[in-house]
Amino acid sequence: MYIEIINEEFDPWQKLVDYKKSQLKDRKNIGACSVFLGTMRDINSGEEIKSMELQHYPEMTESYLEKIADNATKKYKIIDTIILHRVGLVSPSDPIVLVATWSEHREDAFEATREIMEALKSEAPFWKKESTDKGFRWVEPQTETSEDINEA
Amino acid sequence: MIIVVKYFASISDAVGKTSEQIVLQHEMTVGEVWSDVSKNIKYTGKVMTAVNHEYVDDKHLLKNEDEVAFFPPVTGG
Repeated sequence: MYIEIINEEFDPWQKLVDYKKSQLKDRKNIGACSVFLGTMRDINSGEEIKSMELQHYPEMTESYLEKIADNATKKYKIIDTIILHRVGLVSPSDPIVLVATWSEHREDAFEATREIMEALKSEAPFWKKESTDKGFRWVEPQTETSEDINEA
Repeated sequence: MIIVVKYFASISDAVGKTSEQIVLQHEMTVGEVWSDVSKNIKYTGKVMTAVNHEYVDDKHLLKNEDEVAFFPPVTGG
């Protein structure tokens, strides 16, 4: 498993190839790899977005992503997982998140990647602040389950 | 009893700080601490709470040197 919080622009495909070559080259039982890449859109809620600041809770983020990956690994037959997530100033079309899982059969990789992404979006402590012509605004969550966790 | 309270995103903006130390005169839950610290702020949205980097509910009882975090629903990914 590999988790990384990245504070600068990155090439997700190169990261994926590098990880596969260095960590998985001898894993001959791998039959499937499922990848999700999330990138920044230049339009949100009908407004043009110039850039976006991605904030996070550094002491909690990485351990929480490990927990999400662990849960998916226990639930599905996953051989390995990586999660990469950007923080800092992001521009339209920049990669924000990469999730990849490897398994023997495609169903496990498909399901695990989706489940990791859904959990990440509703539970991992990241926040987006968009810059528009009207100023800055915090992004409201789209994933309803985020409201179900716990509230003070 | 001393706790560290951290604020993030729109809640940090509303409170006007990113963290503070608070001395509790008696045992308190995170919900009670939130009621105290949010008394004079304009934030009315949902609040998520973590203690020592784990999600907790508002009835969670605090211990000395706990790190409490208050933040709005997350929007990563």
